[in-house]
Amino acid sequence: MDITRRRLLMLLPAAAMAWKYVQAGTPEAAPNYKLTEHWWAMLIDIPKCIGCGSCVRACAEENDVPEGYYRTWIERYHVADWKIERPDVESPDGGKNGFPPHADEGGKNFFVPKLCNHCADSPCTQVCPVGATFVSPDGVVLVDKNYCLGCRYCVQACPYGCRFINPKTNTAEKCTLCYHRITKGLTTACCEVCPTGARQLADLKNPKDPIHEYLRTHTVQVLKPHMATGSKVFYNGMDGSVR
Amino acid sequence: MQIPVEGFMYPNEVELQWSVLIVLYPFITGLVAGAFILASLERVFRVQAVKPTYRLALLTALSFLLVAPLPLQLHLGHPERSLEMYLTPHRSSAMAMFGFVYLWYLMAVLLLEIWLDYRHDIVARSQSEKGWKRLVYRLLTFGSSNVSERALRIDERLGYFITLVGIPSAFLLHGYVGFIFGSVKANPWWSSPLMPIVFVFSAMVSGIAAVMLLYMLSTRLRGQQIDIRCVDKIAQYLLYTFVIDFSLEMLDLIQRIYEADESFRSLDFMVHTRLWKSQVIIQILLGTVTPIALLGLTQVVKLTETARKRIYGLAGCLTVIGIFAMRWNVVIGGQLFSKSFLGYTTYKMAFATREGLLIAIGLMILPFGILWVLVKLLPPWPDSGSLPASGAPAHGTS
Repeated sequence: MDITRRRLLMLLPAAAMAWKYVQAGTPEAAPNYKLTEHWWAMLIDIPKCIGCGSCVRACAEENDVPEGYYRTWIERYHVADWKIERPDVESPDGGKNGFPPHADEGGKNFFVPKLCNHCADSPCTQVCPVGATFVSPDGVVLVDKNYCLGCRYCVQACPYGCRFINPKTNTAEKCTLCYHRITKGLTTACCEVCPTGARQLADLKNPKDPIHEYLRTHTVQVLKPHMATGSKVFYNGMDGSVR
Repeated sequence: MQIPVEGFMYPNEVELQWSVLIVLYPFITGLVAGAFILASLERVFRVQAVKPTYRLALLTALSFLLVAPLPLQLHLGHPERSLEMYLTPHRSSAMAMFGFVYLWYLMAVLLLEIWLDYRHDIVARSQSEKGWKRLVYRLLTFGSSNVSERALRIDERLGYFITLVGIPSAFLLHGYVGFIFGSVKANPWWSSPLMPIVFVFSAMVSGIAAVMLLYMLSTRLRGQQIDIRCVDKIAQYLLYTFVIDFSLEMLDLIQRIYEADESFRSLDFMVHTRLWKSQVIIQILLGTVTPIALLGLTQVVKLTETARKRIYGLAGCLTVIGIFAMRWNVVIGGQLFSKSFLGYTTYKMAFATREGLLIAIGLMILPFGILWVLVKLLPPWPDSGSLPASGAPAHGTS
């Protein structure tokens, strides 16, 4: 195809836009990332979550999560009056496409985003027979898919239902806290797209991280504290019915 | 394939992780441990009445032990990496350490005990047999063809010592399987300090019942007379062990009902719905209460030999079915409810897949095939014509 002057002028703006898009998607280089200087965690502000499902979609796209499995998902809780021990919970397609209106207008509704809790004393790493799953020095629970046997013991051991077996690799898979992004100075895909800031990546070793101020001034909880897993996903405004 | 779900499951929980193959694994190791413990009754505790089953029990244990890793291997996502468990074990993992417990039991206990017990026969056959059989027996001697009185006495002493070590090893083998489940704190159906003990006793129950059935069946097939004194004794031990096993299980149940912790309502509903047939009907009523009642009957009522044999046969079959149901209820039941305690999933067993029914049936038949070969190679029968050495200890060579 001959490129005429006229055609070139028409193509240039499109090329410029494409280049800008490529640049935006390129992670910031972080050659000086030091594992021991970080201790990653996540803060989830339940009152801020609107259940739009953007985080679930972004996670699936960023990490090539197979259909029907979830590294992160959203649950909608409906608690009728005082029935705190018997909440009505749903998570259609992991909340990927949002939620239809709840049939019962009484009681209260709220959304709870879930993901791997990146436990400091994680039961999943304890049970792995070959150490394919491990806690990295910067506090992220990861799986080496080239080493995992696919025995599924870790899936059984996780109290939060965060793990699954990837049907393509036949190995255990879970949220990596977008390790490929956070080690390059970016935030996780789910935090990136959350329209209300309900999810915040936090570095507990960084004294300047706003998480410290937040934890001082808010009542936060972790999921299933009786499991004593050293969970590092902190929830603000979590109702007692959440499990 | 859409899996039917009731209530709420965490989205990744819907699919069951451990299939029927993982049900077979504790069932098979249980038979191994139980059969070995029955064998040790004769060897260590000198219960002469069960002597006709001694060698058969050892060979049964070996046949099942050789098959035990297969369901695990077939279940792995990457079976080619399974050796990593031995090469780079993660020491905090109950599963990794089981590999070593298994090897210890297979190599240091079972194989060694069988070899020492049969060594005299093997040497004799390596001299009397012809052709390839001779070669096989010569290989099995491992170059040790000394069957002098002194050598056989050493065999006997060493065998006794190995059985002594073997008893706690058998307990360890199956207690450890119980620990693999019992130590999963995320799962209230499994997480219990009683789990290893219940597994040990249920193992003894299933192993004793299986050897009793095999002895009765093989004796009949060989056209021989069943030694009623022997089966009476075995049935007695089966009853005692069963009562302990059932008491432990009931203790666990009563504790759960009385405590009624956060998981109770969910588990209780599961038992009354999804596990009703497999747990209440098959495991408890048919597989536990009925055989205990039948075996108890033989202890309190004077029955004819034929009636007793029939009762033992029936009770033995029900026992094995009941213990299989127990393994099923532990493994599958432990995955049917959500860790949110708000819902239930369903297990649909595939048929001709890697973890399907067909493979499971094949894996259950395989030990009997191995046992058949072993019995041909190393006849366990007292009348099998093993050659008594001059001055050889009476034990094991009959």
